[in-house]
Amino acid sequence: MSAVLTLDLKVNGRKRRVRVPPMKRLLDVLREDCGLTGTKEGCGEGECGACTVLMDGVPVNSCLVPASQAGGVRIVTVEGLAKGPALSVLQRAFVERGGTQCGICTPGILVTAHALLQRAKGRVPGDAEVREALAGNLCRCTGYQMIVNAVRAAARETKASARRRPARAAKPAARVKVKVARTKAKAAKTKAKAVGGRKRAGR
Amino acid sequence: MTRTSTRRTRPKTTLRPEPAVGVSVPKRDGEEKVTGRALYVDDLKVPGMLHGRTVRSTVARGIIRRIEFDPAFDWNGVVIADHKDIPGENCVAHILEDQPLLAVNEIRHADEPILLLAHADPERAEAARRAVRVEVESLDAVLSIEDALAARVKIHGEDNVFKEYNIARGDLAAGFAAADVVVEGVYRCGHQEQLYIENNGMIGERTAEGGIVVRGSMQCPYFVHHALQRTFGLPPEKVRVIQTVTGGGFGGKEDYPSVIAGHAALLAWKSGRPVKLVYDRLEDIASTTKRHPALIRVRTGHRRDGTLVATDVDVVMDGGAYVTLSPVVLSRGALHAAGPYRCPNVRIRARCVATNTPPNGAFRGFGVPQTVYAMESHMDRAAAELGLDPFALRRRNAYVLGDVTPTGQVLRESVSAVEVLDRTVLRAGWAGKRRRYERENAAAERAERAGRFAPGGRRLRRGIGLALGWHGAGFTGSGEVRLASLAALELTPEGRPRVLAANAEIGQGAITVFTQMVAERLGVPPALVLVQTPDTGLVPNSGPTVASRTTMVVGGLLEQCARGMRERLELFAERAIDGGADFRRVARRFLSKRGPLRVERRYQKPPHIVWDEDTYQGDAYPCFSYAAITVEVEADLDTGVVRVLRVTTAQDIGKAIHPLLCAGQIEGGTLQGLGYALLEEVRWKDGRIWNHQLTNYIIPTAVDAPPFDVMIVENPYSGGPFGAKGVGELPMDIPAGAVVAAIAHATGARVDGIPVTPERLLLALSGREETP
Amino acid sequence: MRAALSTLDVARPRDLGHALELLHASLGDGRLVPLAGGTDLFVTLNSGVVPGRRFLDLWGLRELRGVRERGGRLVLGALTTFSEIREHALVRRRYPALAAAAAEVGAWQIQNRGTLGGNIANASPAGDSLPVLLVLEAVVHARSVRGAREVPFTALFRGYRDLALEPDELIAAVSLPPAPARAKQFFRKVGTRRAQSISKVVLAGLLRLGRDGRVDLARVALGSVAPVTLRAGRTEHALLGARPSVAAAAAARAALLEDIAPIDDIRSDREYRRRVSGNVLEQFLRVAEPRFARR
Repeated sequence: MSAVLTLDLKVNGRKRRVRVPPMKRLLDVLREDCGLTGTKEGCGEGECGACTVLMDGVPVNSCLVPASQAGGVRIVTVEGLAKGPALSVLQRAFVERGGTQCGICTPGILVTAHALLQRAKGRVPGDAEVREALAGNLCRCTGYQMIVNAVRAAARETKASARRRPARAAKPAARVKVKVARTKAKAAKTKAKAVGGRKRAGR
Repeated sequence: MTRTSTRRTRPKTTLRPEPAVGVSVPKRDGEEKVTGRALYVDDLKVPGMLHGRTVRSTVARGIIRRIEFDPAFDWNGVVIADHKDIPGENCVAHILEDQPLLAVNEIRHADEPILLLAHADPERAEAARRAVRVEVESLDAVLSIEDALAARVKIHGEDNVFKEYNIARGDLAAGFAAADVVVEGVYRCGHQEQLYIENNGMIGERTAEGGIVVRGSMQCPYFVHHALQRTFGLPPEKVRVIQTVTGGGFGGKEDYPSVIAGHAALLAWKSGRPVKLVYDRLEDIASTTKRHPALIRVRTGHRRDGTLVATDVDVVMDGGAYVTLSPVVLSRGALHAAGPYRCPNVRIRARCVATNTPPNGAFRGFGVPQTVYAMESHMDRAAAELGLDPFALRRRNAYVLGDVTPTGQVLRESVSAVEVLDRTVLRAGWAGKRRRYERENAAAERAERAGRFAPGGRRLRRGIGLALGWHGAGFTGSGEVRLASLAALELTPEGRPRVLAANAEIGQGAITVFTQMVAERLGVPPALVLVQTPDTGLVPNSGPTVASRTTMVVGGLLEQCARGMRERLELFAERAIDGGADFRRVARRFLSKRGPLRVERRYQKPPHIVWDEDTYQGDAYPCFSYAAITVEVEADLDTGVVRVLRVTTAQDIGKAIHPLLCAGQIEGGTLQGLGYALLEEVRWKDGRIWNHQLTNYIIPTAVDAPPFDVMIVENPYSGGPFGAKGVGELPMDIPAGAVVAAIAHATGARVDGIPVTPERLLLALSGREETP
Repeated sequence: MRAALSTLDVARPRDLGHALELLHASLGDGRLVPLAGGTDLFVTLNSGVVPGRRFLDLWGLRELRGVRERGGRLVLGALTTFSEIREHALVRRRYPALAAAAAEVGAWQIQNRGTLGGNIANASPAGDSLPVLLVLEAVVHARSVRGAREVPFTALFRGYRDLALEPDELIAAVSLPPAPARAKQFFRKVGTRRAQSISKVVLAGLLRLGRDGRVDLARVALGSVAPVTLRAGRTEHALLGARPSVAAAAAARAALLEDIAPIDDIRSDREYRRRVSGNVLEQFLRVAEPRFARR
């Protein structure tokens, strides 16, 4: 057994002191020693990005960072994205706009997206820019389009609310448009058994 | 308040609540996922927990001669379990019981599990795994479909065939005789890894009463429940299986969980301690189930105007070393193999062969992505040989109401093949794009010959391809009858409705959609409805989360339960219930006066569905969903790399209970289909998966993914709740055919195997180049 | 993670001098394995391969950071990350091929941790920055207890993952001479997908025409087509002095096939690499000088 390192770091704004083997992965330090299981392991190779955290403001794969290099750093994980119990604008956009399905990639993606929006400093990044920033975060469920749209919507909302005078309320919850077309009546001949129950007014 | 008469009829409601169905309500489990609070199996810790590891075979086929435990290793505290420790049956119970939970002395595939180890320190467990040496005397292995068919080495019966299906309709010979043009092609598709971003994992515990509890990542708690009863020789009430938040499944967590759950539970059984067994990515890719590879020969006969007069399909799938779910994958693939096309003379022969590779299993689409890829690739070839537009050829033959499938099923309702085709083609600007790309490609070629190139000096060609597909919702044939799914709705002590079903939320939105359907019938907001986490101790067996059945079949049962619950409450209250607050009041009064309320409904086969399992004739599925897609690509002639520029698709799923979640299924499934077509390839070395690192198994990133233009079409099915059919798998069936067609349009090279890797495309292109 | 990380030791030097002493002292007794950003090392450890039990953590050494100009050369500290390289104004202006290569290393997360020194020391034949450093004729500044030593990039790779560095030498910095005036720079990586990928073929090139209309500067380097990243000597020879034309491009292509020795491996095959190398070479030539595409 080798030497144990005393590590002082800041995680989500809070000072932490842990005693860990120097080559322990930052990912495991966060999940085990700090009890923050929001950051995930998907591959252990720095390919999938599920382990992404911000280290001194930039996204890194925490599965590739040894504890030895985490002394005195500022770490932000998914648990640190919201201030208090309310969701951040970005988190809310993901919930409302289909940006999260199974959720395993979501923490890593949110952290990277958060860094992107910080870097953009109020500008709304374009579609290609968001995709490139997220190229190191694999998602198997969504196809990425709703994620990209959610990030850009969050950027727009943040930009708009920065301009808004404090007295004015924020816009109500987003309704994403999905193209839905009903088959014309002739083709939709259904059987005698009612499909939708009683007729509903206004539908 | 409306007074009722003594007639026991339902009073009429006066107020209209907000519709719950057809609305994109916030995803119920969204908040826990965006905050990192959702607990996946590897996030859980149990006091006294050990970490499990699996010792696996490194050769594809052989006999175990010796197992050696390195004497230099400190085995203190290491729990070891082998097949002798299995209290019940050493088998993974599926269709056939040929797969052992742990190998005895025969190895039938590389990475076959032999021994299990556990230790409190995961590093020690891993080191222990490396300290076991298994000596296997190698035998000749069968590693491909061709090897299996040649049957020089026999690994299953006399012919290496696990299962065969034959479907026939009309007179094939007469059909071909009457054809003006006969088109033939052979199409090949390989393994595909589901690549859920959360690896397989389970925590097994032995209870004080001598039972087993397993928690983990899974799609089908009752499959695991059934398998564990057999493994441990326990009655159902002594086995409990609980689904943890699951990070993706796509079929990869349909049958495989029975294996890993059995392993975790066995280690827990032996040690008396809880055991967590979670795979790393290397192990997950190397040893878990994959999509069945297939070799498909298609021969079609057409009249000069394109009308199909004969279709002959021969499908061979590779099942791997054990039967597992292969007969069902084969069956579904076969039933869809002739495509959604009207044809009076059809023959489909489908066989699944055994090979010495890890058993293949379920992956979204379940046989249909393979056979529809082949048929759509073939239709594109046929269009070219007939000199017809690929859209026109399909339009002429696509099913309409009243058409008959190869099994003799009359398509009586909700047939949208033509509609999705028309909408897709119109929206994509098909005809214009075909012409425009052809023009631009020709101009680029002329310019390049004159020494003028696109910016960056690249040689690019663009094309657009089309595909049409279909997918039967629910289990095939008598499957749903056999499942006899049971779902329930109960009242919580606080008077809220709670869904009791075994179907797992795996990202698709099952929880949310259940709340919507129940809420709609109860006349309450979806937020009032709770959904019990699938736990076999608490929910009835509503069947597995597969086969695009969760919304249509189980949602249908829950919708009926909700109706039943509302009837009971309104009869009790002697008035209609108006909205959520009122519901709670009435419910609480009911609970205090009458006690608990639980309404159950069991699947009843609609009377008009007739299926003969022996002749394989009749109504294979209650209904089909239909989808069409265009894919636009840009091929780089210098590198063979294909970029997808755009996808346009119309998909009829009966009714979008939650339009955004539906669109999410379509976009996600389509990207998996694009990966299947272009990027994802399992490469082998001596029967072992060579590219089992995520670095080398290539799935699309955000940069590889195109924009998706999605249209949901609602052509309601009367047997589905609110008209809903299935959506989960349909999107996966069609991209590959469209991609191959688009590449042919762009480059002139028709590649008959997927994935169309840059290597394959370049080879095909060089075959077309004039030799200097 | 298949390596027993808790059994591994890390030496954390105060400064570069201390690091060099520790490294020197460790020779013959379990050499300290230098550790920079960890983007290669931890992948190796993850698969269960342990290159050594003791590591020398370089990450905190300020002397290895920073990008400076010195006597007309651009000097990049060994710990310069790929993000820093791709964003640096001087790199983008003077060495666009290097900025392009940095932008194609992995993805954002990897670029924030992967270092230039690490990419070089890892000496993978697929290393993205290596062909660019070769054609720019970079110089590696190595340090040891014995002092400083300069190793031109062209002499750096002796064989597969074998660097011409002493076991107790560390790469301290990489310097780039001024980019040849008026020379066109080119970089192209052909990978397994559009981002976050390992290269199948990677090519960097420099080309310039003299006043007489003939090539007076031609440097071509490729990765992933041989055991080491190499300068395509025969190709350069075929190009020097040539008048740009389709025939000249074809001659260069033919020469290239003599320069490279690609293999079948987990990512691609020999035939593809041969074909694509030639295609990308021709693309480079016609981008640098359109007349290479004309008869």
